[in-house]
Amino acid sequence: MSRRLVRFVVPMVMVLTLSASGRADTLVADLSQHLVGITTGFAGAEVLLFGAVEGHGDVVVITRGPERPAVMHRKSRILGVWVNTASLTFDRVPSFYGIASSRPLEEIAPATVLARHEMGVEHLRLELARAKASPNVAAEWRDGLVRNFQRAGLYTTSVRNVTFLGNRLFRTRISLPANVPTGTYQVQVFLIVDGRVVSAQTTPLSVSKVGGEAVVFDFAYKQPAIYGLIAIALALMAGWLAHLAFRKA
Amino acid sequence: MQIYLPIAEMSVNVFLLLGMGGGVGFLSGLFGVGGGFLMTPLLIFIGVPPAVAVGTEANQIVASSVSGVLAHWRRGNVDFKMGFVLLLGGFAGSTLGVVLFSFLRELGQIDLVISLSYVVFLGIIGALMFLEGLRTMRRRKTAATQRRKLHQHTWIHGLPLKMRFRRSKLYISALMPLSIGFLVGVLSAIMGVGGGFIMVPAMIYLLGMPTSVVIGTSLFQIIFVTANVTFLQAYANQTVDVVLALMLLTGAVIGAQFGARAGARLQGEELRVLLALMVLAVCAKLFYDLLITPADLYSLGITR
Repeated sequence: MSRRLVRFVVPMVMVLTLSASGRADTLVADLSQHLVGITTGFAGAEVLLFGAVEGHGDVVVITRGPERPAVMHRKSRILGVWVNTASLTFDRVPSFYGIASSRPLEEIAPATVLARHEMGVEHLRLELARAKASPNVAAEWRDGLVRNFQRAGLYTTSVRNVTFLGNRLFRTRISLPANVPTGTYQVQVFLIVDGRVVSAQTTPLSVSKVGGEAVVFDFAYKQPAIYGLIAIALALMAGWLAHLAFRKA
Repeated sequence: MQIYLPIAEMSVNVFLLLGMGGGVGFLSGLFGVGGGFLMTPLLIFIGVPPAVAVGTEANQIVASSVSGVLAHWRRGNVDFKMGFVLLLGGFAGSTLGVVLFSFLRELGQIDLVISLSYVVFLGIIGALMFLEGLRTMRRRKTAATQRRKLHQHTWIHGLPLKMRFRRSKLYISALMPLSIGFLVGVLSAIMGVGGGFIMVPAMIYLLGMPTSVVIGTSLFQIIFVTANVTFLQAYANQTVDVVLALMLLTGAVIGAQFGARAGARLQGEELRVLLALMVLAVCAKLFYDLLITPADLYSLGITR
């Protein structure tokens, strides 16, 4: 408990001195770590976000993974068997989306504001490459995409809490699952007063494979031929060792 | 204890992987099969992407075939000449298979093709094995077995390019083993199996090889075909996870030893019927999954 308190209080003091040192920021926030390393034992991670605001207001924190294209398939029944029969590509899709707020979103701001800042998965702007589909069909594909990401644990299904300590200090936890995609994440912090965004700040968070995992992954992609040969050599050796180990038994 | 698999990009319990390796290894030792046809569906079932499951399983089969073939070699149960002809076909077939695999993956149809191949081939082989096992069990009870001819002469023996295979006591056209090797090679690349469950019956019933050399020769050519699949999958699709392969084969090697010991106590026909039932169960499960309405009609394709 006391260690957690120290971990929280020390950066807090830094934040306070920062905001007291004459800067006109109404919102200051930072992360407990800026690099999440995926190691051999990686089973997900939690990053602490903490900050301070001037005056009253609500805080919304959005964590977005690097954007990538996404291919979606839709199944239909052919001769009794379910087959992928249609596919569409979304050009830019955040590979991760998490959100936290100090109060329920609909109490903080009107829907137009939530939509403008993409607050909540229902407001994520996921555009199709071209208008290949009528709006209601496009919405079905979009919902399908969101469901798939939610099933994979990459889009949040609920809004986490941002907790205030007193009137000025706040904190929240960003939890990243074990299958989290790598790349540079953007953590956006919004201060909302009377339904309007009065201040915003973006902090990068880097997620990358480190150590042995990174070596194996990079090697597999950069030197695929040598990787393949090593994989075969390892298997041949393992098979031979197994033969030697059990020959006498 | 969790371990992060760098290529599959997921975190899995180490003991689950060792247990799966051990369990499938035990069954493969018991029945004398490679176990790829069990392991690949299992990997897909625990959430490994199908492409990674197929590529990685090929890598693991290289290891289990090596340890298997060395034992058969010591007993002189490998027909190298036949093995070479089979693997020539197998090389061509598995290369085509990997190309086909990449193409189907782009189309978003690879999962369907993997499942359908399993259903069709496991269904046929399982049913044949089951009937054959039952028939021999019944025959053993009723009457003494009649002497079989060494092999029957059919149109197959009229094909050109005849070769003599001394170890197998055969004088047949090289086209037959070449095309069998080719077909099994294609399936090996797409299904992530060694293909022994198709190769072995094909060698016995289509080529007429003596049963004593069938398993050793099949294992011998499987090493090369799965090594080719491993290389090509790693090269073209980056879907070979060495960490996953090493975890699985550690369990499999140990499990296979216990399986082989347990198998020595059971009758051949009973084993065959049991194996057939297991094959049919896997087939039925995969077929059922194709027929039921999926929970979500929409799914994510490859995003690279």
